[in-house]
Amino acid sequence: MTVTTPKFPTPNPLFPKRQQVVTREDWLMRILLGLGTLWLLVGVVLPLFPMIGRSFFDPNGNWIGLANYVKYLTTPSLVSAFFNSFFIGAMSMMIAVGLAFLYAYALTRTQMPGKLAFRVLGMLPLYIPPLAHAIGLIYLFGNKGLVTTGFLGVFPKWDIGLYGPVGIIIGEVLYCFPQALVIMITALSLTDARLYEAAEVLGSTPLKTFFTVTLPSVKYGLISALFVCFTLAFTDFGVPKVVGGNFNVLATDIYKQVIGQQNFSMGATVSVFLLVPTVIAFVVDRIIQRRQTALVSAKAVPLQPKSHPPLDWLMFGFCALVAGFTIAVLLVIIFASLVKVWPYDLTLGFKNYDFSTVGGGGYRAFWNSIRMSFYTAIVGTVAVFMGAYLVEKGRGMKWLRSANYFLSTLPLALPGLVLGLSYVFFFNNKIWWIPFTKIAIYNPFNGIYGTMAILVLCNVIHFYTVCFLTANTALKQIDPEFEAVSASMRVPFYKTFWRVTVPLSLPAILEIGIYYFVNAMITISAIVFLYPPSLPLAAVAIVNMDDAGDIAAAAAMSTLVVLTSIGVRILYWLFTRGLQQRSQAWLQR
Amino acid sequence: MNPSEQPALAVTSLQPATTPSRQTSAYGVVDGLAEPEPYLRIEDINKSFGNFVALKNIFLNVYPGEFVCLLGPSGCGKTTLLRIIAGLEEQTSGRVIQGGKNVSNLPPAQRDFGIVFQSYALFPNLTATQNVAYGLQNAKRPRAEIDRRVAELLETVGLTGMGQKYPSQMSGGQQQRVALARALALSPGLLLLDEPLSALDAQVRVKLRTEIASLQKRLGITTVMVTHDQAEALAMADRIVVMDKGYIAQVGAPRAVYQHPRNPFVANFIGVMNFLQGVVVAPDQVRCGNLVLLTPNNQAAVNQPVRIAIRPEDIRVLSVAEAQTHSQNVISAEVQSMEYMGTGYLVTCAPDGNAKDQITIDLSTFESGALGLEPGSTLRLYLPPDQVQVFAAE
Repeated sequence: MTVTTPKFPTPNPLFPKRQQVVTREDWLMRILLGLGTLWLLVGVVLPLFPMIGRSFFDPNGNWIGLANYVKYLTTPSLVSAFFNSFFIGAMSMMIAVGLAFLYAYALTRTQMPGKLAFRVLGMLPLYIPPLAHAIGLIYLFGNKGLVTTGFLGVFPKWDIGLYGPVGIIIGEVLYCFPQALVIMITALSLTDARLYEAAEVLGSTPLKTFFTVTLPSVKYGLISALFVCFTLAFTDFGVPKVVGGNFNVLATDIYKQVIGQQNFSMGATVSVFLLVPTVIAFVVDRIIQRRQTALVSAKAVPLQPKSHPPLDWLMFGFCALVAGFTIAVLLVIIFASLVKVWPYDLTLGFKNYDFSTVGGGGYRAFWNSIRMSFYTAIVGTVAVFMGAYLVEKGRGMKWLRSANYFLSTLPLALPGLVLGLSYVFFFNNKIWWIPFTKIAIYNPFNGIYGTMAILVLCNVIHFYTVCFLTANTALKQIDPEFEAVSASMRVPFYKTFWRVTVPLSLPAILEIGIYYFVNAMITISAIVFLYPPSLPLAAVAIVNMDDAGDIAAAAAMSTLVVLTSIGVRILYWLFTRGLQQRSQAWLQR
Repeated sequence: MNPSEQPALAVTSLQPATTPSRQTSAYGVVDGLAEPEPYLRIEDINKSFGNFVALKNIFLNVYPGEFVCLLGPSGCGKTTLLRIIAGLEEQTSGRVIQGGKNVSNLPPAQRDFGIVFQSYALFPNLTATQNVAYGLQNAKRPRAEIDRRVAELLETVGLTGMGQKYPSQMSGGQQQRVALARALALSPGLLLLDEPLSALDAQVRVKLRTEIASLQKRLGITTVMVTHDQAEALAMADRIVVMDKGYIAQVGAPRAVYQHPRNPFVANFIGVMNFLQGVVVAPDQVRCGNLVLLTPNNQAAVNQPVRIAIRPEDIRVLSVAEAQTHSQNVISAEVQSMEYMGTGYLVTCAPDGNAKDQITIDLSTFESGALGLEPGSTLRLYLPPDQVQVFAAE
C-alpha cells in the first residue's frame, strides 16, 4: 500500500493559470516604480551618452572618431596623468585601508582605553572637505608650514616636499581613512565568539587564529574598502587641485581642459579614462560581493575582547597618532583662519572671515551651500526611501524592481567630475540629436540648467547609492509579513507605509538625511561645472580663493563648512534623540 | 493500495471518510444528515518555482467551522499551500473556492481571511489596541464601535487591560494572542495560522494550543493551520492533512491518521513506528526472517515483499507464563539499549532470527523494574495481529 507521487506537471491541468487581478493599488505601485526608474534613467544613464558621444567630436562639433583618444594617448603630458592617478589611487588605497584596519581592529577587538573617543575622532574627517584637508596640509607642510619651518623656528626645519604626489597621497589618505574605517568596523563587529573559542580549544596560536579566523571573516569588507578607497583617491579633484603642484592627475586634467581651455571634447575624452577604471572596479567588487554568504548566523555570540595590556597600549599609541594627526590638520585650519598674516603676524582675529575683499562669493556662497544641502537632504531622502521601499517591498514587477535596484547602485561607479560634465552636456542642450539619425527632439529638462534644481538633482544622484543601500538594509530588517497582514485587513500599502514602515525606519531615514546634507556641503567635483555664476557655492569658493592665493580666506571658508557639518550633525543627534524618545516609545521596555 | 489505484487518492481527498466538523461546527450539522457544502475548496492546485515542484495536484475540502491542520516536514509545501489560499502566492494552476466564490485570481485584499504568522508580524510601533484596531480604522468604522470591538477581542484572547502595551513589552505568548485578536478583528470567514506556536516556549505552546482550539470551537470559524509539530496537529485539529514532497499523503481525523496510516511515510512521521522487512507467504501471513506473523490486515499479494509496522505502545511484553498461552505472533528479542524517558524506558531490542531490524517498545518504570530488565536480557514480545499493518516494500 503505497502512495506514488503523481506525475507533474499535469499535462492538462483542470484549471489553467490565470493571473491575479490587478487592483488600483497595484497600478499605483507600478506607476510609482515606473516613475522612480524613469527618473534614475534620466539622472544616471541618459546624461552619460552625450558625454561619451562628445569625446568623438572636435571642439567645433565635427565627427573625428577616435582622434581625441589617439591624441590623448600620444601626448606624453596627458597620458602620464593616467598613470599618476593610478599611482595615487593604489598608494592611498593601501595606506588608508591598512591604517583603517588596524584602527578598527583596536576599536573592536581590544580593550584599549578611550575607545569611544577614538571612534568619534576617527570619523571626524568625514565632515571635512578633502579640499580643506589639503589646505590644512599646506599650513603644516607647505613652504611656510608649521613643520616645514620647524614650528616657526623652534625646531629644526623639515620639508617633506608637499606639493606633488606626497601631498596628494597624505590628503587622499585623510579623505579615504574614515570611509574605510566605517566599512572595517562593520566587518570586524560581525563575528562569532564561538569561532575564537573553537580556535583556542584546538590550540591555535593567536597569529594563526588571526590568519585563519579573523582575516577570512572580514575578507569581503576588506575588499570592499580597497575598492572604495581606490575609487575615491583615483577620482578626487580637491586635494590634487590644491597640493598637486605640477603633478598632473586625471581629475585636474579634466578641470583644466574644461575650465581652462574650454575644450569640452578633450574633457569628455579624459573623463572616459577616469570612468572606465571606476566602472571596472565597481563591477569587480559587485561580482566578488555576490559570492559572499553569511558567515555569521543569527545565533552568533558577540565577541567580548579580552584585556591584553601590551597590545592594548600599543594600539592606544597607534590610534592616538592617527587621531592626533587628523585633529592637528583640523586645528591648524581653524588656527590659520584666525591668524592675521601667516606666519609673520600671529595675532588672532576674524579678519579672514570678512570675505568682501576676496573672490568666490563670500557669505552668499556659504548660504547657498546651506540651502543646496538642505534641499538635497529633503529631496534625496524622500526619493531614496521611496525608491528603496518600492524595490524591497513591492509586489510583482520583478524585472522593473531589479532594473531599479541596478540603476540605484550605478551612481557609485560614477566619479563626480564625470557626472557633472555629463549633466552639462545633457541638460545644457535645448535640443537632443538622436544618434545616427537626423531626428532632434526638444529637451524637456533644459529649464533646470543653471538653477538650484540641477545642483540638487546632481547631488541626489551623486550620493544616491550609499543612501539607497542604507535604506535597503533598514527595510530588509522589517518583517516581510507586515504587507501580507495589512492586505489581509484590506489596508492599502501606502497606509501601512506611512503608519508602520516610515516610523520603524526613522533612524535610517534621519541617517540618510544627514549623509546627504554633509556630502552636499563638502562636495566639489560634481558641481564645479554646474553652478551658475549667480549661485556661488562655499566648496567652489575654497577652490577659487586658493587659486587666487587667498589661502587664509580659503581656510576661513573651510572652517565654516566644517563647523556647519559638525554642527548639523550634533543638532541632528539632539533632534533624533528627542524624536526617538517621543515616537519610539515602543523601543523601551 | 497499489499504484494502479492511485487516482483514488484524489477522490478520497475530495470526499473525506470522516468529517468530525459535523459534530462540532457552529452550524450544528448532525451526523447522518446530508454532507454540508465545503466552505473552502482547493481544486487541483499545482505550484512550481522554476524547476522545483512545490505542490502537485492538491485537492482538499474544508467544511464550515472545521479546524484543519496542514502537517508535514519542512519543504513539503504546506506553507506554500496556505499562502496560495491567502493569495500571497500565485498558484501555477488550479482553483481556490471560498464560500462558493472563486477567489483563485483575487489579490489578498479582496479575499476574506485573517492570518497569524509565526513571527506574529505585530506592528512594533503600535500598541496592542492600535494593532487590533488597525483594520477596523481603515474600514472607517465609528470610533465607539472600534473601541467596543477591540475591548471585546482583547477579552476573547484573555488580554483585558493590556491594550496600552507595546509588543516589545509583552511576552511571546501575549504577542501571539494580540496577533490572533488582530486576525479576528474584521470577523473574517477563514482563519489562517502559519506555524503560530513554533516561536514559543514548550510550556506556553501547550497552554496556548488548548486555548486556540477552544476559541476556534467557540467562534466556529473555519480554520487552516500549518504546523510541523505532529503533537500540535493531533491535539488541535478536526482533520489532519499530512503532506510530503508537495503532495497530500493522507487526510483524516487525528485518530484515524494515527491508527491507520495510509503509507510508511505517514506512519513514520506521526508517532513512532516499528518496521520489519518481510514477504507475504499466505493471504494473512507474513514471514519476517525465521518468524511467521499473522497479519489479518494484509492486502498485499502472496510473495510480495512488504514491511510490517506496529506502534511501540501496541506491543505487549509477556511473562514466561503468559508466553505459554500465546501460540502466535510472539517474538523473542534481546534488549540492546534502554533510554530513560522519565515516565519510563524506551527499550530497543533485536528480535531473534532477524538481524536486520530492531524493535522499539515503551515500558513503564514499574514494568521494566518487575522484569528486571538490563541490556542483554531476553524479552518475549507479543504483536497483536489486529495492530500489525502491512505496507508494500519500497
